[in-house]
Amino acid sequence: MLAHAILILGVAMVAFPLLLAVIASTQSSQDIITARPLSLLPGTQFLDTYRVALFGGETQAGSRLPPALPMMGVSLISALVIALGKIAISLLSAFAIVYFRFPLRNFVFWMIFVTLMLPVEVRIGPTYEVVADLKMLNTYAGLTVPLIASATATFLFRQFFLTVPDELVEAARMDGAGPMRFFFDVLLPLSATSIAALFVIQFIYGWNQYLWPLLVTTNEDMYPIVLGIKRLISGESYTEWNVLMATAVLALLPPAAVVLLMQKWFVKGLVDTEK
Amino acid sequence: MAGISLSNVIKHYVTGKQSVQVIHGISAEIADGEFVVIVGPSGCGKSTLLRMVAGLEEISEGEIAIGARVVNDLEPAERDIAMVFQNYALYPHMSVFDNMAYGLKIRKLPADEIRARVDKAAAILELSPLLDRKPRQLSGGQRQRVAMGRAIVRQPQVFLFDEPLSNLDAKLRAQTRLEIQKLHRELGITSLFVTHDQVEAMTLAQRMIVMNAGVMEQFGTPEEVYRTPASTFVASFIGSPPMNLLRQAPGGRAGEILGVRPEHLDAADTGWKLQVETVELLGAERLVYGRLGTEPVIVRLDANRPAPAPGDTFTVAPRADNLHRFDADSGKRIED
Repeated sequence: MLAHAILILGVAMVAFPLLLAVIASTQSSQDIITARPLSLLPGTQFLDTYRVALFGGETQAGSRLPPALPMMGVSLISALVIALGKIAISLLSAFAIVYFRFPLRNFVFWMIFVTLMLPVEVRIGPTYEVVADLKMLNTYAGLTVPLIASATATFLFRQFFLTVPDELVEAARMDGAGPMRFFFDVLLPLSATSIAALFVIQFIYGWNQYLWPLLVTTNEDMYPIVLGIKRLISGESYTEWNVLMATAVLALLPPAAVVLLMQKWFVKGLVDTEK
Repeated sequence: MAGISLSNVIKHYVTGKQSVQVIHGISAEIADGEFVVIVGPSGCGKSTLLRMVAGLEEISEGEIAIGARVVNDLEPAERDIAMVFQNYALYPHMSVFDNMAYGLKIRKLPADEIRARVDKAAAILELSPLLDRKPRQLSGGQRQRVAMGRAIVRQPQVFLFDEPLSNLDAKLRAQTRLEIQKLHRELGITSLFVTHDQVEAMTLAQRMIVMNAGVMEQFGTPEEVYRTPASTFVASFIGSPPMNLLRQAPGGRAGEILGVRPEHLDAADTGWKLQVETVELLGAERLVYGRLGTEPVIVRLDANRPAPAPGDTFTVAPRADNLHRFDADSGKRIED
């Protein structure tokens, strides 16, 4: 009983702001500003607000707002490149660390592991310098490449590869499969659930990037949606809360869709391994 | 078709500056089409030896030849062999068909040839209805058969088995043993089979290699190994219960160990006087555990015979032509 109460309270605390955002996005901006407290009944401006949020244009108050759609495109491309890039590079480096004997193998593994302590925020100055020198400001490469290397994912795949029985490797050798053949025919299919789980996590990570895009993009065409939300708040005229909320809801949809669609795989990847 | 020739094969592992030798120079000639079992206690190096033949372990010294070809420097896939692993090592994400066909696909055989070979192997192993299943949908016995099917479709020169029956329950093990025998009769492919189970070794082998601590103790037919064990190790390893080995038996000579199997001791009026400690009934027979002086002796009796009770003195006589003598220091057999 108590457990349920706590759970319900928790859900309410998470869900209420979300509900508020959705409701606010259906009301007009005057309603939001004048009503104290905010009405919890849906308004009638749903279509108008979302049209303005998605495609930009003039609001009733007369301010011009940029369209969210291209920004969502930027976010989608960056998030996909970051997620897939992280998975690809981590799979390959974990494969090298687990299955090949090369000089300083352990040292290399620990080097990768140590970078866990160096997220973007810590190395942001030098990384910016490098990206700027390579003329990658305002490019997709600049938005994504510095975020792709991932110690977490490498470590996760390494742990997974270590649980693959040696006999499977030997059976593949007997069958005449070379290392890359083994990687693609055996290891990759076996890692499918881990890959799916990582994709969900890394897609959201990529989608939610704020600080890094803030630094490396100065061109409006390259702003991701998260930056777009922020810019709506600091607009020159007063804030169009309804459009802001609509944009926030729009920004929330793709990650939510990824989680929902991949939920089954995601859970499977985290809890069980099929061997 | 090909035999296997091992000449002075040595394996040592180097860890840091230390070198540990685990196989101490094994030489053996295995004839074309022969079924040879390598048997020994765990850690004796039998699996290592098999893996050296397979190419999964490097050969430190010596030479292994399959057919006329020295295979020391060949990759496993180039040795024209197939191996059945202890845990079967089936690819979990592939269907039974794909598991069997994978090696053939890599060798770029035409699809209809692959189909024909897999179908044929599946028919032999009664796997035809299961070809679309995944390994996890199969029972242990079925997985075992898939692992054998994967070996068969390659039509290799040599089959290698690494304790393939040890994960099966007793009934299935006996049944699979018969199937392997039948398969070998039909295909006639040279086979090397590693096990720690002496029953498997005795029933499957045409000839068997008994190994202990990296040394080949004896290489002979099961009958030879049972009748004339080459050392005290072989004498106590093959046969259940093991051979009685007595240092101070009446009639034994100094510096020698006298060996006599429990089934070669008969109740008698005169002979060795045992102090009976325990008696076990196994159904058709009875095992009497006793002591001759200080040394333990086991006697196997027909269950219909009257049995001694614990505490009794029980007189037995060894059959004279079934006595074995071994050197007390080296443990080697002394021929009469």
